[in-house]
Amino acid sequence: MNITLRVWRQKSRDDEGRMVTYQVEDVSPDMSFLEMLDVLNEKLTLDGHEPVAFDHDCREGICGACGVVINGVAHGPETTTTCQLHMRSFKDGDVIDVEPWRAKAFPVIKDLVVDRGAFDRIIQAGGYISAPTGTAPDAHAMPVPKADADRAFDAATCIGCGACVAACPNASGMLFTAAKVTHLGMLPQGQPERAARVVKMVNQHDEEDFGGCTNIGECAAVCPKGIPLDTISQLNRDLLGSLASGNPK
Amino acid sequence: MALKAAMAVTGAILVLFLIAHMYGNLMIFGGPQTFDTYSAHLRELGEPMLPYEGFLWIMRVVLLASVLVHAYAAVTLWMRARRARPAGQRYHTKKSVQRSYASYTMRWGGVVVVLFVIYHILHLTTNDIAPGGASASPYERVVNGFQIWWVVLSYVIALAAVGFHLRHGIWSAVATLGGNRAGRQRSLNIIATGLSLVVTIGFLIPPFAVLLGLVK
Amino acid sequence: MTELYIEGAPIKDEKAPEGPIEQRWDKRRFSAKLVNPANRRKLSVIIVGTGLAGASAAATLGEAGYQVTSFCYQDSPRRAHSIAAQGGINAAKNYRNDGDSIYRLFYDTVKGGDFRSRESNVYRLAQVSVEIIDQCVAQGVPFAREYGGLLDNRSFGGVQVSRTFYARGQTGQQLLIGAYQALERQIAAGTVRMHTRHEMLELIVVDGRARGVIVRDMVSGEIETHFADAVVLASGGYGNVFFLSTNAMGCNVTATWRAHRKGALFANPCYTQIHPTCIPVSGDYQSKLTLMSESLRNDGRIWVPKEAGDDRDPRQIPEEERDYYLERIYPSFGNLVPRDIASRAAKNVCDEGRGVGPGGLGVYLDFADAIKRMGLPAVEAKYGNLFDMYQRITGENPYEVPMRIYPAVHYTMGGLWVDYDLQSTIPGLFVTGEANFSDHGANRLGASALMQGLADGYFVLPNTINDYLASGPFESLDENTPEAKEAADAVRARIDKLLSVNGNRTVDSFHKELGHIMWDYCGMERSEEGLRKAIERIRELRDEFWQNVKVTGTNEELNQALEKAGRVADFFELAELMCIDALHRRESCGGHFRAESQTEDGEALRHDDEFAYVAAWEFTGTGEQPVLHKENLEYEYVEMKQRSYK
Ligand SMILES: Cc1cc2nc3c(=O)[nH]c(=O)nc-3n(C[C@H](O)[C@H](O)[C@H](O)COP(=O)(O)OP(=O)(O)OC[C@H]3O[C@@H](n4cnc5c(N)ncnc54)[C@H](O)[C@@H]3O)c2cc1C
Ligand code: HEM
Ligand code: SF4
Ligand code: FES
Repeated sequence: MNITLRVWRQKSRDDEGRMVTYQVEDVSPDMSFLEMLDVLNEKLTLDGHEPVAFDHDCREGICGACGVVINGVAHGPETTTTCQLHMRSFKDGDVIDVEPWRAKAFPVIKDLVVDRGAFDRIIQAGGYISAPTGTAPDAHAMPVPKADADRAFDAATCIGCGACVAACPNASGMLFTAAKVTHLGMLPQGQPERAARVVKMVNQHDEEDFGGCTNIGECAAVCPKGIPLDTISQLNRDLLGSLASGNPK
Repeated sequence: MALKAAMAVTGAILVLFLIAHMYGNLMIFGGPQTFDTYSAHLRELGEPMLPYEGFLWIMRVVLLASVLVHAYAAVTLWMRARRARPAGQRYHTKKSVQRSYASYTMRWGGVVVVLFVIYHILHLTTNDIAPGGASASPYERVVNGFQIWWVVLSYVIALAAVGFHLRHGIWSAVATLGGNRAGRQRSLNIIATGLSLVVTIGFLIPPFAVLLGLVK
Repeated sequence: MTELYIEGAPIKDEKAPEGPIEQRWDKRRFSAKLVNPANRRKLSVIIVGTGLAGASAAATLGEAGYQVTSFCYQDSPRRAHSIAAQGGINAAKNYRNDGDSIYRLFYDTVKGGDFRSRESNVYRLAQVSVEIIDQCVAQGVPFAREYGGLLDNRSFGGVQVSRTFYARGQTGQQLLIGAYQALERQIAAGTVRMHTRHEMLELIVVDGRARGVIVRDMVSGEIETHFADAVVLASGGYGNVFFLSTNAMGCNVTATWRAHRKGALFANPCYTQIHPTCIPVSGDYQSKLTLMSESLRNDGRIWVPKEAGDDRDPRQIPEEERDYYLERIYPSFGNLVPRDIASRAAKNVCDEGRGVGPGGLGVYLDFADAIKRMGLPAVEAKYGNLFDMYQRITGENPYEVPMRIYPAVHYTMGGLWVDYDLQSTIPGLFVTGEANFSDHGANRLGASALMQGLADGYFVLPNTINDYLASGPFESLDENTPEAKEAADAVRARIDKLLSVNGNRTVDSFHKELGHIMWDYCGMERSEEGLRKAIERIRELRDEFWQNVKVTGTNEELNQALEKAGRVADFFELAELMCIDALHRRESCGGHFRAESQTEDGEALRHDDEFAYVAAWEFTGTGEQPVLHKENLEYEYVEMKQRSYK
């Protein structure tokens, strides 16, 4: 099939950027979306143009590196990562708009590549359990009820892709933050730091220029890992509890 | 973050007020006597511990403070959201997958509601705006006003805005206060829809009753 | 054959203590010099890579108080390729009370590696495995649990005890996130400085010691020089030399290859693991292969039609016309034979023309019986996410139509040669995780790469690197140090060269062609004739690359074509060495079948008398004869036997 792409091209952080139209011919429905971009890039290179830059690595939907907004939807029409989207989701003759994640906290570096360092800094602020190497008791010393373990796991599946931010009308990073708060907060190991963790992470989130959450739900609707919206409510519960018990701001 | 909690709490106060207010409005069906007594009673409530209109003023202060805090928080969050996705970083194509009309219009809807509240106070409380004739009797003020079709229409539009604002607002307040849990999201949304429908319709019954001549 | 390489002096691991095997690690920890906590602040370590091996080491050394500088090429340390591991991690916990022990894990690993790994290293790995699980649980890694709240275990590829800990199909992700969080905690504490989107392009060796690296800032193109008292490479495996593999797109050999060029020996480069259960190739646009967890073989049955060229819908093929070849040939292990055996058997049936799917390169993995036996909900609970993934990629529903699978390159056992301390032949250069060669011999057992990466990073390296650092801090250096300047200039010159060729083939087209050569001649089955042909073609292709590659753009920007070009250039040199190594090893061992070395019924034949050694190669120049140093392997505990899974 043949596809018309309108792709965001931006040379560098400070460049203005614009949408550029390309034709891609002979697209196979079994190609992944990124393989279709590979085909475009091969052609651009041979024509002496610069290929379109986009982030990707595992191409298995697990590393969280890939991610573009396709026809206005983060990661495109299926609820999965961009690398796991296949061209069979489109039809011959489609016009597809491809844009980077757009948020102040995620500045564009080039074309479709953005800087998601803000997520790492939110984790630095408290998204961990302090367990220096060598200090651990036997793994069976602390049984974890299966329901809690499962809940923690569901939240821990977040791959840090940033689609939630890209989709949110407020460009809020609350689903990502809440996923980590919930993952660690559900486990007995995470209790000692639980109250302080949520406050520190949310403060960092706000400092990074993400917007505030207004419970609209676009984030959960595009999340490739199906992190549910109530994770944010869990964060709110932890946060209010923590603030109410006089935890440090 | 405290902003969000403040919005939710003040929003909730306003909702409680709305429900009480709506209930009060329905007393119009009791006739002029009942309604005017109710209005007077509001002013006498708490006497002699409180001066005349004391309770009402406390209410007014609380409500005004709530509205101010609510609006302040809303505007701050609004500005933050604008900063979080500044001009020049807007999407060329953006589709929504999930958001509802209600959630989409919270901000402008809120502004409409406030403008309405001012108009509404000028109309029925101070009676500075008095289409259909001023009166010292609250009952008469209501009846005079709502006999005019465009007054009713203005209230319909405003209350539709209130309804939408509440539809998302109630759900959002519960979520913000940590009340959304796995499996509860659907029922919470249904409750929010139900409650906002009750409030909207409840408020609209008296104006229509007047317009259709059921209350004279 | 000798015209391809020169044999040099043998080499020996000087660090492994003598004595009873279970005491060796204790002995080494005792004999290694310690560094006083107050002095650690003055000592610096560079760590390249933030996968399991790198992130765990950076976090642990940071906690200990060293000044750590860490690099990765992704935009976040959390995205290192370890994230993709699905199946699980082994540990000799014996929580199942099914007869497991440290000794058994040791035994299984030595045997699984087909007697080409070191006993001392493997024993230590098995010992440390127990602590890894404790450490990860304490960090909040959400391993699968049972209703009683205790950890669940499963049995995994080729072993008969249940010692594999897992986190649904995302064990690597959860382990890596644990290590990543520990790393981020140290970054916040200021003990680790993290540089993301930085690619190491050269090693700096001063006075014979590894003292730093040259990296390229992948956003600005700036070539930076970083110094330290020791350098650790945890840069992962080089499976992408085959172009198509289950590795992430960015996996490369550059870090280790550059160190090899500076004098570090490269051990057993031809040892690659081919994984039997991957989703087959669907077209030549294909950019990577996706692994389906091996755990599928626990309940799925593998078959092909008995008749070559039978292209009926698999559901129409009656039972008696199907060949469940693994169950037929290996009755006692059936579908659970080790990876190499399963892979080669699949290749054989496809070579006979009985393969299924596009190009005849695939076999069926059928769950119809499992669904009948366990019920649909149970199959869904156990494998649902894998089935979904399969369906997403192929568009076929595996609950109804059998899956198609085919082997793909998955892991590289070869890597930089290291001693018991994980130190390479360049003093001060340590190598951990998949980047080293140490523990898996000629074949890696399932679920032991994660174990090795974390063993190296959390427990081994932090206890051995101090022995080296105790003699530091070393003389302070700056960018004008001749060795550093020379390294930086070489990097710039190479980049300029790549950008100036301006030929008419893309980097990917070269990479694909190289991959085809490697898969055809240095893949599952190798022969002298094929390997010689491969070497010739690799050399031609490499020359063409340097004359005809087209790399657009400039250095001073994010330039993904340039990044790829540099990696592929190194793959060319590595590919040649892999073929030479494969050619010189005239035996079938581990995952490698040498056509000239087989039993009468076509099974792999090892030659312990001739080849029970590690082949450690010394670099002498591009296209020049490398020098072979042999490290003899001795087996005191596990008796050398030919493997038999019949
Ligand atoms: C699909 C798949 C599934 C697997 N499943 C399992 C399993 O179930 N069980 C198991 O035990 N093993 C499994 N493995 C193997 C295992 O995942 C890997 O061997 C292991 O994770 C490697 O870890 P590592 O830390 O050595 O390297 P990696 O995780 O590959 O990390 C390499 C790091 O080095 C950095 N790097 C590389 N080159 C450079 C450079 N030049 N400059 C700067 N930085 C650089 C990268 O950025 C990255 O941070 C699987 C492998 C694959 C491919
Ligand atoms: C200046 C005028 C107003 C503005 C700009 C405004 C804006 C908003 C916004 C942005 C929200 C947050 C929605 C979200 O979380 O998704 C909100 C919530 C709410 N508003 Fe208003 N509003 C205004 C006036 C009012 C009035 C007059 C009422 C009552 C009649 C009201 C009742 C509520 C309620 C109950 C909520 C829910 C609280 C919450 O979301 O946490 N608002 N409003
Ligand atoms: S919450 Fe979902 S959308 Fe957001 S970063 Fe995590 S995986 Fe991506
Ligand atoms: S490339 Fe790793 S998730 Fe898409």
